[in-house]
Parts: sequence; C-alpha cells; structure tokens
Amino acid sequence: MPTFVYMTRCDGCGHCVDICPSDIMHIDKTLRRAYNIEPNMCWECYSCVKACPHNAIDVRGYADFAPLGHSVRVIRDEEKGTIAWRIKFRNGKKDFDLLAPITTKPWGTAIPQLSNESAPSKDMRDSHLLFNEPKYIQLDKDGKDSLHTLESNGLTLKAGVYY
Amino acid sequence: MININPFAELAASIPSSVMQAYVVLMFLLVIGGTLLDTIHKKSARYFFENAKKAQESASRSVSGGEKVSLALKTVTSEVLTSSEFASPKRRISHLFTMYGFILFVASTAILIFGYSSTKDATAGIWPVLWHLGALMLCFGGYWFWFGIRVDLASEGNPWNRVVRADMFILSLLATCTFALLWSATQGSTAGWIFFTLFILSSTILFGGVLWSKFAHMFFKPAAAYQKKITKADGSRENLPADFDLTDSAVQKQFPDIPEYMGNNPPNMGPGIKREAPNHY
Repeated sequence: MPTFVYMTRCDGCGHCVDICPSDIMHIDKTLRRAYNIEPNMCWECYSCVKACPHNAIDVRGYADFAPLGHSVRVIRDEEKGTIAWRIKFRNGKKDFDLLAPITTKPWGTAIPQLSNESAPSKDMRDSHLLFNEPKYIQLDKDGKDSLHTLESNGLTLKAGVYY
Repeated sequence: MININPFAELAASIPSSVMQAYVVLMFLLVIGGTLLDTIHKKSARYFFENAKKAQESASRSVSGGEKVSLALKTVTSEVLTSSEFASPKRRISHLFTMYGFILFVASTAILIFGYSSTKDATAGIWPVLWHLGALMLCFGGYWFWFGIRVDLASEGNPWNRVVRADMFILSLLATCTFALLWSATQGSTAGWIFFTLFILSSTILFGGVLWSKFAHMFFKPAAAYQKKITKADGSRENLPADFDLTDSAVQKQFPDIPEYMGNNPPNMGPGIKREAPNHY
C-alpha cells in the first residue's frame, strides 16, 4: 500500500522528493512538508522510507505477510551497514525484528575497476555466464575474501542452462 | 548609524503610546493565531493521542529524573541549536534567522517601551542589537530563500515561484529588509515609504499566523521532547531497535551479522549520504 507522511515528523528536507523513482513525492504548497501526490503510482519501493532522516514516511504492509492493521517499519543504517525491520501485529502480541547486512566493506571501497580487467576471451563470450560472474559473486576461489564457494555449498559449476 | 535608535525620531511624528499599542496588538495576534491554529489543525489533540498510544506500547517506564534530563537535552540541542535539521546548511541558516528574529523582536520591544521619546536617540546597546538582529535575519533568510529552500533544491522550481507556504518567510524577509531601509533613509520621503512597508509586512507576519507556519516554533520543542520520550520508553514509534552489532546477544539472534560482517564490524561510512541529494 502506498507511502504516507507523518506531517509532524517531516521537516521538508526534500530527500524523498529526490530519491522517488516515480517522482510522486512532492512538497506541499501550503505546509512545505512532503506528501505522496499520486498514491496509485507508488511502487512501495521503500526508497523514500529508507531515505527519510526523520523516519517520517511509512507504508502500510500487505495482508499476505501480516494481518491488516499491523506496523512494518524500517531503518537503513548506512554507517553500521545494516538494515533493520520491525513487524508488529495490531494486537501488539506478535512483535519481531529482522536485521541483515547490506554491505560487508565500507561504502565505495570495493567497486570493481572494469577498465583494468582484461577483455573477455572467446570462451567467456560464448558462455552463459555474465562477464566475470564467478569471480564477482565469489564462487571461483577459496581465498580469504571468499564467503562461499561451490565446494562449501556442495555445488559444482555445470555448462549450459539448467534448473 | 547602527547605534541610532530609529524609534526616537519616529516619536516626533507618532506618539510612543501608539507604538506600544501596536506591539501589544501584534503580541495578541500571535497568541490568538497560534491558539486558533492549534484548534483548527487539531495538532494538540493529535499530539496527546499519539503520546497516549506511544505510552501503551512502551516497554519500560521513564522516571521523572530521566524526563527532566530529556527536557534539558531538548532545550540544549533542538531549541537552542536546532539539531533537528539533518542538513548543516539549513541548520546554520535557521540559527541565523532564529537568533536574528529573537534579537530583533526583543530589542524592538525594549526600544519602544523604554526608549521611544525624541531625546532617546542613543539607547545603549539596543539600537546596535536591533540592526544586528535585522542583518542576521536578512542573511539567514535570503540564503534560505535563494539557495537552500526545498522548492529550489529538490523540486527544481525557480526562486520567484511563490506559494502560500512562503507567506511566513517572505513577510519575515520584508519586515527585516524594510526595517533596515527605513532606518537608513529616516527623515526622507523614501523613509516614510519604507516605514509604511515595514509596518505592513510586520502586520502580515504577526497577523497571518493562522495561514503561515509561524506557529510551528511553538510546537517543535514539544514534538522533539515527545520523540526523545518514545526512544527512552522503548516504544520508538514501532521503529526497529538501535542494535549494537558487537553485542553477543544480537549476534546470536542474527547470525548473518557475525558471518558476513565479523564480530566487530567497522564503521561503513556515510553510504548514499556521501553525495548531497540534488537530482531533480
């Protein structure tokens, strides 16, 4: 369900206006606070919810993961590199947290330098894999940077498309 | 020039009792406008209902001493230094505007009630503070109007597009600008024109509280205090807790954290906040 703004929390900074991919978060002409001008066009992408420095934007969650009337709120913490969700049912009895990493290295320090990579060989071009895919998703080695390997997960890399 | 009391010369044409009556009228208009605004927007009702709801979902009770310390923190950070602004530019501009306004209004009242006879051309430090306050207001206000207003910075609108939300800032800017111009040209025909515009704009500023966002300055400390209370009592407006990633209990509850980030995750830096949002 679309986003809405708690007017008393919003200070009209414009972060949601900047980040909205549908360009539907605008500043009210009377109160200079943000609001969703076209809820029908909202994708519920949560970009504005996460970007708001005052947590002034909220979204009503769908009934397929919690009964209606619940609250689902999120804090994306850049400095900790985590995202935290809290889902609370309307009777207040079910109240649970989720916490997950969104980066494992400081922001901006692990950007692949594509210009330094050698051009793909014919084998790579003919392969179903994307450019450097095993390397970038760290499935090609057992090095210290590797989080999971095919072996550690009991997998083998096969040629061709398979399900 | 800035140490000359502008109200002393004005006293030759307008009796000081009229000036005092005008100040009292403006004061009453602000009080009345704020009360009407509170009733019309039902902001006080919403505020107390919200506070009650937060109290019901609290996980711990906040002691009286803690409440006093939170109130003091609200005064030192939100009220005195406007820490609620996430953008440093807006915060600096707001501080100039706020302290300029306080200096300007306080020194106006002191000059009118204490030094508004023709023989009070110099009135100690007050005329200097009156001019300084107006200059600070102009600096913070014009910076906001031409540079950092959200309509320009995020919406991409031109600076001269005026909407009703601008009534407060425009009447404030007009008041301080015409006050300075009147003070500089006093005694001439231009001086009387600027004086008329000064009175007109200040009447709009103080009389238009119901239609402008003037009243916001009286609600903000209460809202900031309530936000601190919800954090202290654990209700947090249903927001997730502020987890300490190095805490072993947190690591046990969320094993992804130590697995992917290690037992002592570093500070990952400002992330998307490395770049100021300006993408319209």
